[in-house]
Amino acid sequence: MALPTYDEVIAKWDPVLGLEVHVELNTQSKMFCSCATEFGGAPNTQTCPVCLALPGALPVVNEKAIESTILIGLALNCKIAPYSRFARKNYFYPDMPKNFQISQYDEPICFDGYVDVEIETEEGPKQFRIEIERVHMEEDTGKSLHVGGATGRIHGADYSLLDYNRAGIPLVEIVTKIVPGTGKYAPEVAKAYVAELRDILRGLKVSDVKMEQGSLRCDANVSLKPIGSDVLGTRSETKNVNSLRSVERAIRGEMIRHAELLNDGKKVKQETRHFQEDTGLTRSGRSKEQAEDYRYFPDPDLVPVTPLASWIEELRATLPERPSLRRKRIKEEWNVPDKEMAAMINADVLDIVEATVLLGADPTKARTWWLGEISRIANEKELPIADLAITPAHVAELVELVAKGDLTDKLARQVVEGVVAGEGTPSEVVAKRGIKVVNDDGALMAAIEKVCAEQAETAEKVRGGHLPAAGALIGAVMKETKGQADAARVRELLLGHLGQPI
Amino acid sequence: MINKTAAQMADALAKGETTSVELTQAHLDRITAVDGQVKAFLHVNTEGALAQAKDVDARRAKGEKLSPIAGIPLALKDVLAQKGVPTTAGSKILQGWHPPYDSTVVSKLKSAGVVIMGKTNMDEFAMGSSTENSGYGPTFNPWDLTRTPGGSSGGSAAAVSSFEAPLAIGSDTGGSIRQPAALTGIVGVRPTYGAVSRFGLIAYSSSLDQAGPFGRTVLDTALLHEVMAGHDPKDATSINAPVPAVVAAAKSGDVKGMKIGVIKQLQGEGYQKGVQTRFDESLQVLASLGAEIVEVDCPSFEYALAAYYLIAPSECSSNLARFDAMRYGLRTGDVDGASAEAVMSATRDAGFGREVKRRIILGTYALSSGYYDAYYGSAQKIRTLIIEDYAKAFAKADVLVSPTAPTTAYKIGEKVDDPMAMYLGDVATIPVNLAGICGMSLPAGLADEDNLPVGFQIMAPAMQDQRLYQTGAALEAALLTKWGAPILSKAPELKGAK
Repeated sequence: MALPTYDEVIAKWDPVLGLEVHVELNTQSKMFCSCATEFGGAPNTQTCPVCLALPGALPVVNEKAIESTILIGLALNCKIAPYSRFARKNYFYPDMPKNFQISQYDEPICFDGYVDVEIETEEGPKQFRIEIERVHMEEDTGKSLHVGGATGRIHGADYSLLDYNRAGIPLVEIVTKIVPGTGKYAPEVAKAYVAELRDILRGLKVSDVKMEQGSLRCDANVSLKPIGSDVLGTRSETKNVNSLRSVERAIRGEMIRHAELLNDGKKVKQETRHFQEDTGLTRSGRSKEQAEDYRYFPDPDLVPVTPLASWIEELRATLPERPSLRRKRIKEEWNVPDKEMAAMINADVLDIVEATVLLGADPTKARTWWLGEISRIANEKELPIADLAITPAHVAELVELVAKGDLTDKLARQVVEGVVAGEGTPSEVVAKRGIKVVNDDGALMAAIEKVCAEQAETAEKVRGGHLPAAGALIGAVMKETKGQADAARVRELLLGHLGQPI
Repeated sequence: MINKTAAQMADALAKGETTSVELTQAHLDRITAVDGQVKAFLHVNTEGALAQAKDVDARRAKGEKLSPIAGIPLALKDVLAQKGVPTTAGSKILQGWHPPYDSTVVSKLKSAGVVIMGKTNMDEFAMGSSTENSGYGPTFNPWDLTRTPGGSSGGSAAAVSSFEAPLAIGSDTGGSIRQPAALTGIVGVRPTYGAVSRFGLIAYSSSLDQAGPFGRTVLDTALLHEVMAGHDPKDATSINAPVPAVVAAAKSGDVKGMKIGVIKQLQGEGYQKGVQTRFDESLQVLASLGAEIVEVDCPSFEYALAAYYLIAPSECSSNLARFDAMRYGLRTGDVDGASAEAVMSATRDAGFGREVKRRIILGTYALSSGYYDAYYGSAQKIRTLIIEDYAKAFAKADVLVSPTAPTTAYKIGEKVDDPMAMYLGDVATIPVNLAGICGMSLPAGLADEDNLPVGFQIMAPAMQDQRLYQTGAALEAALLTKWGAPILSKAPELKGAK
């Protein structure tokens, strides 16, 4: 049988989602020791007796991590447990030094919350409420690098290398309740949920939320049931979903794969699957038929987490504006068209534009710079926009220089180029490069006369009233003055020179 | 000099009558002379100890203010990590491991100028009551070299009772300080849970483990207790409160008007006759000193042993998972193409002894899904009941007492193949660990039938450790008057001794 199309799938089957998101917190030190957490250090340089699980070493909870987790819980409308405990999840694996992971089991720190997400549909915007089951703390494992073999997988490898720098990095796991009722929108809702989570976490400043570096990771659970049925189908859990687009693709792909099996009267296996970025398909991982027994029990090395109600309220008071509300506010305040708003969100420049506006720049101008020229440079350099040397303060200054007439748009683009190249602030670049608008009418007239003499034929056309031909002359004058002239003034003088009304 | 108490040695050092180097050398000589028979030490750090002694002497010469026991040599149970010094926890799986860090206890000893002479033998990972479960062979009781010194801190206890060291450190998870102290005729204290940092103490059962001091007198033990205890931010279960005034209590030793509770369940049937006799006599001594003796009922203690042998193995099954050949210690089976899993399995099979494997298997089972509630869960409920029993008993008495162990020292090999008989020896010490309170064992004399030491156990509420010393010092002084000489003077001379 051929693979069913997506439309065929949703005509017959109703998807049920469940999403588990792992977030690496951006604390300075690890969850249970004082080792640095910075990404990309030389292997095993960010380790100590505690995170290497040397005999006798003991964990101590990082308070900042608890604070971050409570903030996340509050931002996701969760209840915060006045008493919760860490538990040990026992299983042997070489990248886990203690051979147990400190996690939370039946006593998570945050529970029962929700996130509202909105997606665009052909019938207009549609809202979905994603209920949160729990938010809990745990520690990350180290990394294994399997050397030899064709696939980089452990199977067929000659040997494996272990890097424990990541072992013990604080992780927060955010688990949804089952999400029914999304129907054909399931993949988009999942993507919107992860995007909303990412924005919330970024707003809280608790994580770098870089999916490509693994600081935000999503496991997507999907099952299908016949439309109208109350009985849940068997789910698969897809790991390794490392971008928003992949979340959507993975769910769509799994829905199609499940439907194909079910249409054939076959069963879906309950298993872990790995998303393949290149094909958009998943491959089978560990089978979960024989559920592993993790022998969870409360970690006797740690004391219960008992945040004071007053502290929780203090943290609640510091919560930033919810991203969805903020977007709505910004859209209205700046009067941004839908398309432009979407462009800013997609390009991930909302924060940076807002920062620029807060420094006094006109919202439209600020948006145009970031979304236009600066985004273009970032794309060209294949760098995230935030990694460029240009800052909101630079752009605000630039906008002001243009407004004052000190720069033309064209000159301003040269200034941006200079700022990005690390030549300093816009004023410094202007000074260093000697960029300035030519306002000297005499100099401009000399250039105009020269150009009209060189292109006498074109000049005659203009003199005869054919104004579109003026463009070529203006361009030549601009070239003559190395772009430093104000094009509007050049046009005025040129048309005057050729006896045309201005 | 080695026959003096630590307090007397400290006094001699302070007066300049001797030096730490002399004192340390004298003990190292004693170790050379007798430890071939006792086998208290797994590793003697001669150079390190003498260097430390020399340093303390220099600091004293410069007039630096030193701790009361600066310059006194000590024997350290091999369960505590000491930087650069072999640390095995009595297990083959850690053979050759040199820790890159100091346990907090070792840091405190070093900064107090206490001279660490070496690491003492123990039951592997502190699992055992006779030191016969050591991966490196048993330790022998200086009172009778055919008998065990008890355990798991048998090496430390034997070192102190054979005058190889005036002070030693042990750890007590179910009685591992108090029981060997009882069997070798010395004083041993298990401080309140959380009073001494567990950072660097190789874990057996995290919720029960606690390091503590051994000495030949109550005061010596208190001097060491004061140095090793105190809050440690590196141990989340460490209590953030001042160390109880144990030295002052050991010096006062007054029980007048104190209420002493005798636990009904910890005497009588199952207790050796000579043990019960010495215990009863000690009670009379305390009464004659003005204490009021009351009987208290702790019905849940009947289940303490069962609860202990579920909780401790459960925790150890997880704590010992880290010994996997990946980062340190023994590695076997690492032949061409062997998977990590195969190497882990082969190493754990070769490196762990029988008792350790037995407890890992027990604990793995007790924590398994479907069995958790029945085993680990029930054991935790018993633990709560025991805490409640103690609370009620301490409402009636300032301290509680019992014999430390039901019998005197038994023969090497006698109980090795009968784990239940071995476990029963912990019946009187285990409730203290389950409740997280403190306990002391001190000599109550020799049993008439075998002339071997009997231990008297004192228990006090959490962070009331000073009550142990207050009561112990009073009993010790009265018994010394009665006997005319310290109990260890009755121990047979060891061959090879000067």
